[in-house]
Amino acid sequence: MDKMPKWADVVLIPLISLILAAVISSLVILAIGEDPIAAVKLMVSGALGSSNGWGYTLYYATNFMFTGLAVAVAFHASLFNIGGEGQAMLGGLGVALVCLFIPWPHWSLAIVGAAGAAALFGAAWAMIPAYLQVRRGSHVVITTIMFNFIAFSLLNYLLVNQLRPPRAMDPASAKFPEATHLPSLHDILGTVGIEFSKHAPANVSLLIAVAACFAVWALIWRTRFGFELRAFGKSESAARYAGISPFKITMVAMLISGGLAGMMAINNVMGESERLVLNAVEGAGFIGIAVSLMGRNHPFGVFLAAILFGFLYQGGAELALWTDIPRELIIVIQALVIMFTGALDNMVRMPLERIFLALNTKKEG
Amino acid sequence: MDFLTLLQVLDTTIRFATPLLLACLAGLYSERAGIFDIGLEGKMLAAAFFSAAVAYTSGNVWIGLLAGVAVSVLLSILHGLASITFRGNQLISGLAITMLVGGMTVLVAQDWFKQGGRTPQLEGAARFEPITLPFAIGPADAEAKGEQLSKLIAEASPLQQIYSELISGHPILVYLALALVPLTWWVLFRTRFGLRLRAVGENPASVDTAGVSVVSLRYSAVLICGVLCGLAGAYLATAMQAGFVKDMTTGRGYIALAALIFAKWRPWYALWTTLLFGLFQALELRTDVIENVIGMAVQSQLLGALPYILTVVILAGFVGKAIPPRAGGQPYVKER
Repeated sequence: MDKMPKWADVVLIPLISLILAAVISSLVILAIGEDPIAAVKLMVSGALGSSNGWGYTLYYATNFMFTGLAVAVAFHASLFNIGGEGQAMLGGLGVALVCLFIPWPHWSLAIVGAAGAAALFGAAWAMIPAYLQVRRGSHVVITTIMFNFIAFSLLNYLLVNQLRPPRAMDPASAKFPEATHLPSLHDILGTVGIEFSKHAPANVSLLIAVAACFAVWALIWRTRFGFELRAFGKSESAARYAGISPFKITMVAMLISGGLAGMMAINNVMGESERLVLNAVEGAGFIGIAVSLMGRNHPFGVFLAAILFGFLYQGGAELALWTDIPRELIIVIQALVIMFTGALDNMVRMPLERIFLALNTKKEG
Repeated sequence: MDFLTLLQVLDTTIRFATPLLLACLAGLYSERAGIFDIGLEGKMLAAAFFSAAVAYTSGNVWIGLLAGVAVSVLLSILHGLASITFRGNQLISGLAITMLVGGMTVLVAQDWFKQGGRTPQLEGAARFEPITLPFAIGPADAEAKGEQLSKLIAEASPLQQIYSELISGHPILVYLALALVPLTWWVLFRTRFGLRLRAVGENPASVDTAGVSVVSLRYSAVLICGVLCGLAGAYLATAMQAGFVKDMTTGRGYIALAALIFAKWRPWYALWTTLLFGLFQALELRTDVIENVIGMAVQSQLLGALPYILTVVILAGFVGKAIPPRAGGQPYVKER
């Protein structure tokens, strides 16, 4: 008999964790002398009250879907890919190289090439940590942390010394050519006659991110490889006994994970800034961890959690604009969500299990 | 490159190596007891802010140091709660703590000082001043003679130059950090507590069988880790620099983590490794020195990434093998 019904595990625990995070964040807002209820109202109206707000919310959500899926795929193989940040940086490099040096005739071709390059670069950046994990036994968390820093140094070098156009001051590549500019939601919805803000950065990548959610779901629950991946994640020794190769699973899981993190670049680098800047990722790799934990490593959960965090990000930006609450409040909320859903999971789970157990025995008795 | 330049680079090396060494030793206690801690960065950052903030308001750096250490210890307890009591994921807990501090320090700094997430400049007794050792040439001599300190040292004999430039003239925390290396070695390898601490990181069940509490051993390791991270953070904000700025640890906690692996979880190796990584950071500021010595320019970005690259090389097993404590990262569940 299960200790608790499945819905409690899937819905109740993340919800309670989120409420705990929200309560602590409200206390923080109170402590710095602001009104938490007014803050929430401002966040909702800023992020969801207009098509412009929605455009930003969905833009951030697109980033977080990619990085959240990246973390989730690795989690299913019990690998903790903390290197989404570095992999997304490298993905950005891939996008920049493809957009700058290949004369694309039309954006629809460019996005295929750019997405491929982004995935390839991101996957390549995840490959070495994966290899070291299976062949040399070094922990993938440590190596991916190291690779985040190495990626930053590499990108810094390339942007300052190689890709920066002559006479430009800031470390950034040249603007991508016109033909690689992606249509925004304004353009797409305009064709079916729906008014949408012209300035919001949400673009066609959103559809690709949603497609990626479906693809990951199909991969994990509808393919032989997905089954092996989950079996390996549940018990490595059992999987090994069943003839599943740890080398293959670890490598492929990390390559897919890195590729997904890298693909975030079609949204932020190609879709929004339309050139490569140094801090293009803006911590989205780490938010992916919160998104994946919150979404219980399920693509649909990741989809919802990504929109939630998109809302928090856009709402946080509005707060910083109109009140004295700095943007860093969102980082605090995000850290609390990670803490409660990831590390203090048992703190929420154990009392709940006891309650359900008591309820069940009462019913039977 | 002349002798004095070399001494100056080495002097900067010591300054940069100190926070790395303190954080590295902090991680050493924790990881030797089987608790991974990727939250060194966060604890340092929290201690840096609170030590600077309290030192500024109280005007006394020692009270600031205490406040920094206290906050770092509190975060350690949170990490212990997550990873020992609730048997959660230690890596996620460390990450969450670092993130939490990254946001909170700016929020609190903005609320207290309204200077865009920094503390005001620390002066006088609110800062750790360099100590002039006996017989060394210090600022007092320079003032008495009415000349520049650097000029006086340049005119001294080479032995006196080494003594005055390199060995003397550091804040007290530098000497404390250096003294902690043999102390840590002694505690870990020559005391009963150390033996048990190492055992609990390798095979907690055996420690439990011997009737020693795994939980209290691991908590004490995590607390020591908190104290040392607190010292590291306080050094950054009140000795190396005069005040807190946003994200001032700039990845030092992770470099310390890399150093810990590079040092294969041993105290003396930790000293040499952090000195090496400190040298890289010192050279990052003096790329002209490298150019003079090896005759070609080295990108400062490469120097910045070098600790990480070297650690990956070590992890890859090309130069010796780094084997972590066996029970590291796994919560201990007593059999029922």
